[in-house]
Amino acid sequence: MSDNVNQRVLVLFAHPSQARSEVNMPLFNDARSIPGVTAVDLYGEYPTFNIDIDREQQRLLEHDVVLFQFPLYWYSTPSLLKEWQDLVLEYGFAYGHDGHALNDKLFLCALSAGGQAEAYQTDGYNHFTIRQLLQPLEQMANLTGMRYLPPLALFGSRTAKEEQRISRHRSRYKRLLEALVAGNIDYSIAASLPKINQYWPDSQEDC
Amino acid sequence: MTGYFLQAFIYLIAAVVAVPVAKKLGLGSVLGYLIAGLLIGPVLGLVGSETETIQHFAEFGVVIMLFLVGLELEPRALWNMKHKLLGLGGLQVGITTVVVMGIAMTLGQIWSIALTIGLIFALSSTAIVLQTFQEKGLQKTEGGQSAFSVLLFQDIAVIFMLALIPLLALPELVSAAQNASAGDGHGGTAHFLKTLPGWAYGLVVIGAVVVVVAAGHYLSRPLFRFVASSGLRETFTATALMLVIGIAALMSLVGLSPALGTFLAGVVLANSEFRHELESAVEPFKGLLLGLFFITVGAGINVSVLQENVWIVAGATLAVIVVKAVLLAGIARVFGIRGSDRWLVTLSLAQAGEFGFVLVNYAVQNHVLPSPTAQVLSLVVAFSMFLTPGLFILFDTVILPRYTKTRNQQQAEVPDEVGTVVIAGIGRFGQIVNRLLVANGMATVVLDVRTEQVELMRRINTKAYFGDASKPDILHTAGIEEASMMVIAIDNRETSVEMVKYIKHTYPHVKILARAFDRGHGYRLKYVGADYTVSETYHSALEMGAQALRESGFHPFQVEQQKMAYNNIERDQADSLYEAWVDDTSGKRLDNNYLKLFMQLEEQIGQAMQRDRVDGHSRSRGWTPPPKGYADNPSQEGNAVDKAD
Repeated sequence: MSDNVNQRVLVLFAHPSQARSEVNMPLFNDARSIPGVTAVDLYGEYPTFNIDIDREQQRLLEHDVVLFQFPLYWYSTPSLLKEWQDLVLEYGFAYGHDGHALNDKLFLCALSAGGQAEAYQTDGYNHFTIRQLLQPLEQMANLTGMRYLPPLALFGSRTAKEEQRISRHRSRYKRLLEALVAGNIDYSIAASLPKINQYWPDSQEDC
Repeated sequence: MTGYFLQAFIYLIAAVVAVPVAKKLGLGSVLGYLIAGLLIGPVLGLVGSETETIQHFAEFGVVIMLFLVGLELEPRALWNMKHKLLGLGGLQVGITTVVVMGIAMTLGQIWSIALTIGLIFALSSTAIVLQTFQEKGLQKTEGGQSAFSVLLFQDIAVIFMLALIPLLALPELVSAAQNASAGDGHGGTAHFLKTLPGWAYGLVVIGAVVVVVAAGHYLSRPLFRFVASSGLRETFTATALMLVIGIAALMSLVGLSPALGTFLAGVVLANSEFRHELESAVEPFKGLLLGLFFITVGAGINVSVLQENVWIVAGATLAVIVVKAVLLAGIARVFGIRGSDRWLVTLSLAQAGEFGFVLVNYAVQNHVLPSPTAQVLSLVVAFSMFLTPGLFILFDTVILPRYTKTRNQQQAEVPDEVGTVVIAGIGRFGQIVNRLLVANGMATVVLDVRTEQVELMRRINTKAYFGDASKPDILHTAGIEEASMMVIAIDNRETSVEMVKYIKHTYPHVKILARAFDRGHGYRLKYVGADYTVSETYHSALEMGAQALRESGFHPFQVEQQKMAYNNIERDQADSLYEAWVDDTSGKRLDNNYLKLFMQLEEQIGQAMQRDRVDGHSRSRGWTPPPKGYADNPSQEGNAVDKAD
């Protein structure tokens, strides 16, 4: 990653129920408005799951940072994003012999989860931290040669609106995307954090 | 004869010149007509005393307008308005009458004259207000609806005023007029009715209303169906006019307001499948007659009376507008009308109206008002109407922007409201489209030329209307201007192409989704501007093919993939095939490039399907496993090691 040249950030947004979204739609609309960010509404482009593999691979080639934005469904991505992985990350493209297309790109997730932050702990209700639960994606990044960053997470998302926590999370998301575009996130510090929320010490509370 | 032609020409040319100019300047058509009248009347002196006769004739425009307003208002909507109608309207008429009467009395008029003046100025101009609402699209706003209910109440109140005024006759005026011929009053009540006792007269009136409602409800449909089946457009127009004129005649025969009668008939017919066709048939008459009416208001200004009383007229006009506006604002406040809607009610109804002229003349005939007072009052009525477009401009430029701004800020995140969809053709295709849209809360207007089909649809509670969607005026009354989309699902291939061409040309903002008979027809629709076309059999055929594959043992998921592959190839080739078709048909190429490409497409589809069967590697790829044995060599897995290769 060169420090002076702007990085091209690809936000792959997967939300199957956008009409009811309270958190993710504002976040996605923010992402759309940030220069240097390509924001793709996957469910909007492939409502019948008819993913265009060529187009998606081309998109990956044209960007330096890949970010999955989604609401957590059963501790994983919504199904279209899984389908996207199954179809787009082909042998010979993303992994395997001659599959180096994604090498050195940055990869991370920005997700919302219904459970409270305390639930996502080893001794909590969900038994695992969010970083642990996302390990399949972390290993996907590893296998495809991408550099993995911990997720940006908003917990308790079902009541975030009532508790007026959304606008703070939006500015956090904007700050993250702008930093990714500017290429000034220190990987050596960020990579080991449980959540990238903690990268900016002043904004880590409540999430 | 020549004289009539000349006069008609003068009126028309004044309108043709003044109205477009006024509209361009943002003044609205009403002010344009008024200025046109002013030019040909008092200013240039081209027309004279005949304006009054023409005005009586042109008032028929108001009658047609109320018929059209009635058509827009279903009985249930009218019923829902009852509180506003009686409350708002009743308060407005009552309080304005009393206040204006009080002012007139303090200015030294005797009570009976003062009361008459109060009645005259309590009324507002239905013609100007509704015409302007329509032009500016304000009918559906809360302010527009409230203003309309007040106007409607006034139209009803006029009947009672006409009954009341003769009782106020001044003895000295009566005796002065004793020698003059009595005349039969303005109401046009037939002589035989005057001889009836009160109760019998009441029965006749009620009977007339019942006749209008019953005939509108039971007789109109068979009649219209009969006329429509003849397929002659002008007969339909004649029938519509016959209906309106007939009701107007019946109403004035029994001494009721013709406007009110036709309004009632309009409400009765609002649910009819012929509503849009009726609207488009009488609409042009309304426009012309109303325009004529406004011109006569301008032309009828009496210059000599004006010169003598210029300060009185100016003062009284301003006083009328201010008093009415203040009272309206207060009443609107009591009824909880807020923001820009309250301003709309206040400003739109602050003038005196065309019924004011009627009352003035009627009062003179009945010896209630002395003639000089009446002339000044007529001028005040005319000038207050003159100033109304100015008040609308004030509303548009000063008041509305302030409110829309704050409203927009509040609702920044709500998506724009979806507009109406006009669906042409409600056969087996249009029905499904319509049901899907309606089930998702979209407003649709459905048109079809087959009366049986429309009837069938209405029986299962679909809002369908009889009307030929290829006719510009039908599209207009179906609301194509406000529509965001048009779905064309009619059988006739030529007509649908013509329809697309016309709509794209006249209403470029309307998205057109058209059903195509086959590939060639689809291209023609696309060529004239359709935004989306679909061959009527394409998807069902594909589904049938898929079922056949499933029946013969193919795995359902694989069949879906094959279908998608077929679709994808079809879609990828769509543009080049279309361009080849355009080249071929426009004669740019003579080598039948299109046919070649089409055969190429067939081949590609065949190959794609075949490829998948032979080596398990479909054209659209997907879920392809990595090669066998790829995991045996661990160096393939880690990229760090990989890079060392």
